[in-house]
Amino acid sequence: MSLELRGLSVATKEQTSMFSCVDLVIAKGEVACIMGPSGVGKSTLLNAIGGHLSANFKMTGELLLNGQNLTHKPATERRIGVLFQDPLLFPHLSVGDNLAFGLSATVVGTKLRRLKVEQALQQAHLKGYYYRDPATLSGGQQSRIALMRALLAQPNALLLDEPFAKLDLELRHTMRAFLFAQAKQRQIPMLLATHEPADAVAANGQLIKLQRANTCSE
Amino acid sequence: MLISSWPKWMMLTILGMGILAPVLLGFSETILAAFGFLPALGRHSFSVSAWQQLAELPGLGTSLRLSLVSGFVATLVAFSLALLGSAWVYQKSSNISFLDKFKPFINPILVPILAAPHAAIAIGMAFLMAPSGWLARWVSPWLTTWQLPPNWATVQDLWGLSLILGLTVKELPFLWLVSLIALKQINVSKQLALAKSMGYSHTAAWYKIIFPQLYPLIRLPVLVVLVYSLSTVDMAQILGPNTPPTLALATMRWYNDANLQLLLPASAAAVGLAMLIAISVLCWELTMLGVFRVIKFTVRSGGRSSQWERVSALLATTLPMAISLGLLSLLVLAIWSITWRWSFPNFLPEQWSYDFWLQLLTQWPLALQHSLVLALMSSSLALLLAVAWLEVQDRCGGQFYRLTLWFIYLPLLVPQMAFLYGLKVGFLRLGLNGTMATVIWAHLLFVSPYVMLSLVDSWRALDQRYLQVAASLGRSRWHCFWRIKLSLLLRPLLLAWAIGIAVSISQYLPTLMIGAGRIESLTTEAISLASGADRRLVGVYGLLQAVVPLLAYALALLLPRLMILKNEQ
Repeated sequence: MSLELRGLSVATKEQTSMFSCVDLVIAKGEVACIMGPSGVGKSTLLNAIGGHLSANFKMTGELLLNGQNLTHKPATERRIGVLFQDPLLFPHLSVGDNLAFGLSATVVGTKLRRLKVEQALQQAHLKGYYYRDPATLSGGQQSRIALMRALLAQPNALLLDEPFAKLDLELRHTMRAFLFAQAKQRQIPMLLATHEPADAVAANGQLIKLQRANTCSE
Repeated sequence: MLISSWPKWMMLTILGMGILAPVLLGFSETILAAFGFLPALGRHSFSVSAWQQLAELPGLGTSLRLSLVSGFVATLVAFSLALLGSAWVYQKSSNISFLDKFKPFINPILVPILAAPHAAIAIGMAFLMAPSGWLARWVSPWLTTWQLPPNWATVQDLWGLSLILGLTVKELPFLWLVSLIALKQINVSKQLALAKSMGYSHTAAWYKIIFPQLYPLIRLPVLVVLVYSLSTVDMAQILGPNTPPTLALATMRWYNDANLQLLLPASAAAVGLAMLIAISVLCWELTMLGVFRVIKFTVRSGGRSSQWERVSALLATTLPMAISLGLLSLLVLAIWSITWRWSFPNFLPEQWSYDFWLQLLTQWPLALQHSLVLALMSSSLALLLAVAWLEVQDRCGGQFYRLTLWFIYLPLLVPQMAFLYGLKVGFLRLGLNGTMATVIWAHLLFVSPYVMLSLVDSWRALDQRYLQVAASLGRSRWHCFWRIKLSLLLRPLLLAWAIGIAVSISQYLPTLMIGAGRIESLTTEAISLASGADRRLVGVYGLLQAVVPLLAYALALLLPRLMILKNEQ
């Protein structure tokens, strides 16, 4: 399993490329980091990879996952999970139902699905929280549920858009450890956008510095 | 709170006396009449004979069925289409990319249909769909070989299909815009991106995630549409079947019958209509509860593509048709209003004429004068009331809001017929019937809820820190209120006022019943002319009904810009 970016950039109406092209191969279980000044387009790069660009943007270059070319595939078919800065737990669903929403449809049967969700709750250290309203959870608990929800969908890669930015220092540390352990265990490539150098050090993977540029060499 | 509570009590009194009391008193008068108390006719004792009389009136069962079917089907279709339309607005690219070009202009496309009164749309729809209507002229004679209009009942058909279509076309833009406004409170695009990253299709994500969050925000407007569709008189008069008509229209005819003895069964019918609506609202809400149960079940089972995918795509193709029908019905009104001669199979008139407009502008008929006075007075008063209500709410907190919200919505949730008759009786007793003031008051009952609710969100969204900054600079509370709050809210205030104008212009029953037939307005004129033969005159009145609210909207949008320009100079 690997995520491969070939000369990837994003074009707008005004610019042919927002940032210098990215060439990168992320191996399974590896956590690569993108850093760069705010506004350079870290989130846009992640949106391009996930297939979530709005109509005003256009991805240039190529994107491969496990050798399969995803460049022209819609988000729905890419199987690339996302974590945003906010956990974005669906407020009308309980904690457990949020996880059930994520759980892959290949897991069939009410009992089995419930079991998988309970296991995920346990992994997130939130056993017995199935019927809780997500709004009553602490920030760290919400982040863990958001991560478990993304992982239950069995993604082939995971994109992380500053998922720790709103956590305090200590939580940040435990959350990071939790996340990286999951990456190792599930053997999927992850790409982390951050502007915290400590995150990059802890990830211990490749580091890409995103720069504003108008040139793109093929 | 120890801070003076007199504004709260004053506001409660005003809302209580101004809105709650007329509705409740009017409704109780109607109930009394339904059970045999009508002093004007010398009836002073309890009896159920009015109900027996009602049960024996011909066509009651059919009327009941027509009301239920047209009300529910129209609401359901308009509601589903509004949901599909909102989902389409948030879809990055749809199957029909040609239509995607319209996305940025969706508001200006919907607003004319929203602003036009129900009667104007109904008349326009009749001009489109009648056997001699514009649609038939499009395809005649080259396709149909018709030289004369066919003898079909395409309008006022026995099953109420044209009524359902008319209601749908008119209510769809309202529910669509209300949904789009409500969706701004939800982080739609990020939630959709999340769901898609987990493999969900756009439609599945929309029904499982967005819809259950949206519905609580638009519940009251949806119920208002249901109540309106079940109890409409003006649209039923123009598009609905005649023998027998819907229950609401039948009730109005019994009320207006020369035989005064029919007043009692008419009151019973009005009370029956109110009960029918209460039960319908209950059924609708129970059904929605069931729908959300099913949705939750599908969330747990984790299916990524909805079975409704194809059905949704198919239904969505009717969206542009419904919107085009609305816009075309306004266009055909405009064409008729400048027509001199237009014989059947011709696509456009042979002879044009501005005579009717000239006549109108030189003579300023009473109907126009009345409509303008009623609209200006009722929407300005409603705006004052709304500002006072919101300001008191800011100072008194949420409990006051929840309590008064039901006061304000009440006139929209009780069928007009059920309390307007009683209100008329009450005003008669006081000798106030048929005066401009009481008609303005009656309009105010229906105008204020729309004005207030259209203002709530922007009022709340105002950043309180502006006021705190001003207060910290030593400005008085009143200075803050006038110079900061109201100035910052100028645009939404004007927009709410324009919405008030549109609502007032569209009122039919309140003008007719409280005005005692003496105060004609554009809408009452248009509707009474609609049954006549001269489409040109109906076109003028119908279009004018739509033009006045549109001018108000234009003013509301342009005025703040002009003021900013002036400031810059």
